[in-house]
Amino acid sequence: MASMTQNLAPEDARNAAREVRKRRLQAFFFVVPLLVFLIFAFVAPIATMLYRSVHNPTVANLIPQTLAALEDWSGEGVPDDAVLIQFAADMKRMANDRTSGQLADEINRALPGMSSVTKSTARALRRVDDAEIAANGAAMLLEANARWGEAATWRAIRDAGPIYSSSYYLTSVDLERDRDGNIVQRDTQIYVQLYTKTLKMALIITGLTIVLGYPLAFFMAHASSSLANFLMVFVLLPFWTSLLVRTTAWIALLQTGGVVNSTLQWFGIIDDPLQLLYNEFSTILAMTHILLPFMVLPLYAVMRGIDSSYMRAAISMGSTPLGAWSKIYLPMSLPGLSAGALLVFIISIGYYITPALVGGTDGQMISNIIAFHMQVSNNWELAAALGSLLLVLILVLYWLFDRFVGTDNLKLG
Amino acid sequence: MKDLGSETFLRFDNVKKSYDQKNLVVKGFDMDVKEGEFITLLGPSGSGKTTVLMMLAGFESVTSGDIAIGGKSINRTAPNKRNIGMVFQNYALFPHMTVAENLAYPLSVRKMPKAEIKERVAQYLALVELSEFGDRRPGQLSGGQKQRVALARAMIFQPSLILMDEPLGALDKNLREQMQFEITRLHKQIGFTVIYVTHDQTEALSMSDRIAVFNDGVVQQCAPPSELYERPVNAFVADFIGENNFVAGQVTQIKDGIAQVKTDAGLIAARAAEGLADGAACRVSIRPEKLFIHPTDHAHDNALTVTFNTRIYVGDFIRYYFKMPDGTDIIVKVLNDLSAPEFGDGAQAQLLSLTHDCTAFPAG
Ligand SMILES: Nc1ncnc2c1ncn2[C@@H]1O[C@H](COP(=O)(O)OP(=O)(O)O)[C@@H](O)[C@H]1O
Ligand SMILES: [Mg+2]
Repeated sequence: MASMTQNLAPEDARNAAREVRKRRLQAFFFVVPLLVFLIFAFVAPIATMLYRSVHNPTVANLIPQTLAALEDWSGEGVPDDAVLIQFAADMKRMANDRTSGQLADEINRALPGMSSVTKSTARALRRVDDAEIAANGAAMLLEANARWGEAATWRAIRDAGPIYSSSYYLTSVDLERDRDGNIVQRDTQIYVQLYTKTLKMALIITGLTIVLGYPLAFFMAHASSSLANFLMVFVLLPFWTSLLVRTTAWIALLQTGGVVNSTLQWFGIIDDPLQLLYNEFSTILAMTHILLPFMVLPLYAVMRGIDSSYMRAAISMGSTPLGAWSKIYLPMSLPGLSAGALLVFIISIGYYITPALVGGTDGQMISNIIAFHMQVSNNWELAAALGSLLLVLILVLYWLFDRFVGTDNLKLG
Repeated sequence: MKDLGSETFLRFDNVKKSYDQKNLVVKGFDMDVKEGEFITLLGPSGSGKTTVLMMLAGFESVTSGDIAIGGKSINRTAPNKRNIGMVFQNYALFPHMTVAENLAYPLSVRKMPKAEIKERVAQYLALVELSEFGDRRPGQLSGGQKQRVALARAMIFQPSLILMDEPLGALDKNLREQMQFEITRLHKQIGFTVIYVTHDQTEALSMSDRIAVFNDGVVQQCAPPSELYERPVNAFVADFIGENNFVAGQVTQIKDGIAQVKTDAGLIAARAAEGLADGAACRVSIRPEKLFIHPTDHAHDNALTVTFNTRIYVGDFIRYYFKMPDGTDIIVKVLNDLSAPEFGDGAQAQLLSLTHDCTAFPAG
């Protein structure tokens, strides 16, 4: 009997294998929409972002011949006339194609002030005869603006040339290459500081949501279900109102003539209105409010599953309620706590809208500067580099979390 | 039943409990428990057993009345100061600790030296025959093993009183019997006092020194198992404990505690329960195993004439279903031996019984 059940007849084995294949195919069809969605909404954009952060063909496409000519240049003094003539010809072509603005932007990034120089030079060269440029281009260029006679200008053009470059990553951690190609600190330190501040604010927000959310979730999990449902409405209320409305409400509350200030003044607690809005304080306050449900929901789900008998058992064995909580309840609720903390922390690290609206200059986070580079300064490559670094940062944090807390200690419901 | 002597270890004095300020869930609970006794609270679900236990443990307040241990009221003692061991139905083993850590918990709370804790844990693991399992997590144990860990954990800090709330409710039948035996053994060996809650009467009958039958927040009867089974004080207990037949009739005479009852199926002489009045309607309870089918060589005082309905083969015995003239069922349990008779459909039969196996309760 036993041997019969162990050794399948070939026919039966084929049938069983066919059955398994059919199941797999069915399962695959179930996940196809998800896969397609993930590829379009997640994999593709992130891959594009990573690619853009190192890929910038603009200059190489605009002035390929000038760049080729510049290859022999030593990097000191003004390049040969041949280079200048080639560049003058390129400028004329770009002025007529209306692409000189793009080049102006690119050079300006390395050398501020070059935008207008480039544009005016292009204008000056637009109507000049080709033969004239071929003969006299170098002089005309120097005449149009003296900065074409500076080595720094040409270095900037040469350095903007490569299609693939790590310079955006260097910029995003406040570094740059000096003349000899060594990596050095930039004069202006912006991004590292901003990353640090973003991390700090995210930590504070996570801490605040824990302080507010843990007792609330505990109370709800052990209240009668009608009371718990009632409280749940208040927790979920922020989800049901628009983010903008909630943020605007904070503005109404906190502004100089707002509810808080007028109340405090009315009671005579303060004489002059406090600056509550457009700083770190208001950003942290509003974001804590907005992210609180992300802490409460996983905590509540986990706590609901913790039977009251565990605490009672601990107390009956002589433990004080506080001791029983810290030794028994806290470890048992840890999966919810870490899930909530991770959720809030990661969301707040990449948060954009609230700091943009109530953050002022003080309360800006890294996402705001990324948006700035995308929308205002038009430096998509830097934006992509900053975004990629943010992604790496989050992955590293997740890895650390996995090391120290363990992802199997994570429970969303 | 009320023993006011110095032996009383635990006393409930007219304890009442209301959760909603309107209805009493426990309505005047009185009980005296001697040191080392095994007391079971038995009753249908929702009758207030857990509530009594929780008041004793200190997790629910006492609405009125008094609970005293060793003559001292514990109404105001914090639950962690009561020194009462508890075993829960879901075991309540801490999932993030190993079995040994679970056992060590009450000892470390008491700041016992480490070496001593280790020794004691090993001793109690051996006591419940789980010496090999100290390093496992509760999640890696079977139901019966968890149960034994829970028991050991409740005993390890040597409380004088251990409460168990349906501790075997989650186990299957075989394991349950094994654990009943185990608990009884530990109780005999160590000698702690047990208040045990269950709704399973076989469990209660086989383990307890005394059983308090609970219904609707009131103790109906508190007595040793045999007394409860043989001499129930009212119809609820007679019905709730074991299986019983109830035969409706009318009391024609009560003399020396024996009532003569006239029923459709014949006259019965039965022990008269408290409150039974001459001439009143009554119900006579007779256990299925105390009825004999004529012909038999058992002695008998009463005979009922009934019609055969059906018989069900159970294995070690056979259940016969007869119909009374008024249509109600009457059941007889007969050992599965050569004497088990055969009947044709609708055949008449005589059921015989002894007076002291019949009890007449007031009707309704
Ligand atoms: N915490 C509570 N709040 C309100 N009512 C309760 C609570 N615990 C129990 N009850 C009610 O008290 C009654 C007795 O419950 P319980 O003591 O658990 O009974 P048992 O353990 O005998 O099944 C039930 O009707 C139950 O609904
Ligand atoms: Mg109960």
